Amino acid sequence: MEVLGLLINGFVIAFEPLNLALIVAGVVVGLFIGAMPGLGSVNGVAILLPMTFLVPPTSAVIFLAAIYYGAMYGGAISSIMLGIPGASTAVATTFDGRPLALKGQADKALVAAAAASFVGGSISVVLFTLFALPLAGVALAFGPPETFALMVLAFATFIGLGGDDIPKTLFSILIGLVFSTVGLDIISGEPRLIFGGLTGFYHGINFLVLAIGIYGIGEMLWTIEISQGEVLMSKATVSFRRILSNLRDLKGNIKTMIMGSFLGYFVGILPAAGATPGSLMAYGVAKTMSKNPETYGKGNIDGVVAPEAANNAASTGSMLPMLTLGIPGSPTTAILLGGMVIWGLEPGPLVFTDHPDFVWGLIASLYAANLFALLINIGFIPAFIWVLKMPFTILAPIIFVLCVVGGYVPTQSMHDVWLMLIFGVVGYFMRKLDYPMAPMVLAIVLGPLAEPAMRQSLIGSQGDVMIFFERPISGTIMVIALFLIVLPLIKNMRKRRKRNAANGPN
Amino acid sequence: MNKFTSKILSAAVALSVGLGFTAAVVKEAAAWEPKKPVEFVIMAGKGGGADRLARFIQGIIEKNGLASKPFVPINKGGGSGAEALRYLKDRAGDPHVIMATLNSYYTTPLRNPDIGVDIAEFTPITRLAEDTFQLWVTTDSGITTVDEYVAAVKAAGPGNWKMGGTGKGQEDSLVTAMLEKKFDIKVTYVPYKGGGTVAKELIGKHIDSTVNNPSEQAGFWEAGKSRPLASFTPKGKLQGRFGDIPTFEELGYGSDMVYYMQRSVIAPAGIGEDVQAYYVGVFEKVYKSAEWQEYLTNKGLIPGWLTGSALTEYFLTEREAHRQMLQAAGEID
Repeated sequence: MEVLGLLINGFVIAFEPLNLALIVAGVVVGLFIGAMPGLGSVNGVAILLPMTFLVPPTSAVIFLAAIYYGAMYGGAISSIMLGIPGASTAVATTFDGRPLALKGQADKALVAAAAASFVGGSISVVLFTLFALPLAGVALAFGPPETFALMVLAFATFIGLGGDDIPKTLFSILIGLVFSTVGLDIISGEPRLIFGGLTGFYHGINFLVLAIGIYGIGEMLWTIEISQGEVLMSKATVSFRRILSNLRDLKGNIKTMIMGSFLGYFVGILPAAGATPGSLMAYGVAKTMSKNPETYGKGNIDGVVAPEAANNAASTGSMLPMLTLGIPGSPTTAILLGGMVIWGLEPGPLVFTDHPDFVWGLIASLYAANLFALLINIGFIPAFIWVLKMPFTILAPIIFVLCVVGGYVPTQSMHDVWLMLIFGVVGYFMRKLDYPMAPMVLAIVLGPLAEPAMRQSLIGSQGDVMIFFERPISGTIMVIALFLIVLPLIKNMRKRRKRNAANGPN
Repeated sequence: MNKFTSKILSAAVALSVGLGFTAAVVKEAAAWEPKKPVEFVIMAGKGGGADRLARFIQGIIEKNGLASKPFVPINKGGGSGAEALRYLKDRAGDPHVIMATLNSYYTTPLRNPDIGVDIAEFTPITRLAEDTFQLWVTTDSGITTVDEYVAAVKAAGPGNWKMGGTGKGQEDSLVTAMLEKKFDIKVTYVPYKGGGTVAKELIGKHIDSTVNNPSEQAGFWEAGKSRPLASFTPKGKLQGRFGDIPTFEELGYGSDMVYYMQRSVIAPAGIGEDVQAYYVGVFEKVYKSAEWQEYLTNKGLIPGWLTGSALTEYFLTEREAHRQMLQAAGEID
């Protein structure tokens, strides 16, 4: 058990007083940065990178990893409380987290998010410890056809077995895909769908703008409508005993947590994917696996648990391609990578053998950051609930301001703010007409990954579509995906036949 | 008012005027400084040579305290850098944006006149180095020489050999075109978002060869997974371990198999001279730092400090050279 020895050594490093203090500080900072709409772990890590030159490299990366982890926890907070995705990784948490909060179960959702994050973090760190090097091989085996197959599978989970109206889901996915093609073509560099040259569209549609618009603004408009001028107040209450009983209630969600963790970790290690697609896919799979998928989007606790477990697991996973291949799996790890170079650590296949102290110190600190993030997060829940108790007449303007700020910050252009407001109105109408919105968000996140992967595959195969089926990994994934798409059709047909049979004798 | 008070009053007035004047002078003489974090745009995806370089520079600036505000790298790699170019154009007059360039700085506006970018309008800051290119294959391929490589490509049949690279019409595709012409071979060119991904795709055997920059393959080369066959540089220009790779010229394929990637920094149009001077100052310190000098040798770059009108001239000459290359490749009219 050479790994175990190295890990114990890593723990000794992580629990040095300076490193421990940095973990706690990093988690707290990350929690708040993650909870602020528009600011995510990327911003946190970027802003605080210079500070890390004051401490040794290992401590520096421990600090940044703690921020990263803290932000993953924090992102869920504003998603649940205000319905505004706190960070791109927490968009999927909004789907069910917000409805739970409206039902007066915000504390339940927050506890579930924290616990799922902890489980996701723990499982992924164990996987990282045991299978880091073989899994680096998996990341290598994933070429464009495999990536495309995985994306098709993700879409399939949203179409298949969804319980939603299938044509409406398809419409939602397709419109999201159209949005994802706006901007400059990745392969040829030609501008597409830029509305006669509106410069803001050259940069494409930032998916956070869409998500904040649809969920933040759209949700606010919806709440105003259903409250009909009455002053709405959330009935949330909280006590230590309630938190404990909430934790006990989560026993039934363990399966989803474990699924989300494995899936998130796996998606996280694929270069270019990262925690956002991971969490959305986990949501889709949880819904597919569920016995009553129709409750998703209306406040199902599994809908919070799956993406939260997945985004934490993915954040650990994305450290793997960064360390072993020098390719960051997420925007945040890209910044960590820059830090590593200046600390004099060359990422690549040799980093595990050349800098064992650094790698294992980092892994052990992930364990520690995870534990502290859980404790600190649960400790803050009463404070968050207190915010929710404000009357909606006060809360609505706050949500509006946070949405505008969140829409402006990522690109710092007013174009995106206007776009966000338009999406907000569209989101309100989609909701009124009962169109599922999650598939659209999924499409705008995965579209930019799926499209180049498909085109690269087809360029390589000289236009032969069989490339997606001939290769063992992509072939297997494709078959599962197609099965998931066809299954609901068969189910529907069977249902109709049954109904006909029942009606027949009369 | 008695004499005494008026004296004090006039002294006070004189003093305050004097102070005010000095303050004004100091204010005028004080060089421009950024008032908020500087956006350091990278016109390529994450993990590629340009990206690593920009993040490394950011690190040097922060580690040595060369700037009062942080330089925050932002990747805008879409459309072979068209996204970044358009972004810089839209930020005209904004002193808080700079951009790390590569050769798509010339080729992308030439290939996409639609984006409405003329690089002559941008403000030049500095050229820091010229990056180099090598021909890479996996160790498992068993190919050790350029001759074996050409034979393998020909044996695979036209179009069956996959060459990975960055966007169409970008450096990697131009270098590939040079190879095809020289050796009369035909490969299928697969574009990816960044050189880092290209390097990884080679190791994962999704493509058969690449023309990566040294920094992109260095880690895999050290680990014994990839192998450079020849360098697209003139004899004796590269130092260190990359100097040991034979050049195409040394191998007897002529001196025309040379291609560089400029590593420069530019700013949007319409920024003041004081702002330009500030950035030149910062990058001069970066250039002279021990870290930078070491990086040049370790990563196979050729030093090349250039600034002011000489840099503008260099850009325009290179743009013309690239126009001809693109025309020869049939990419533009």
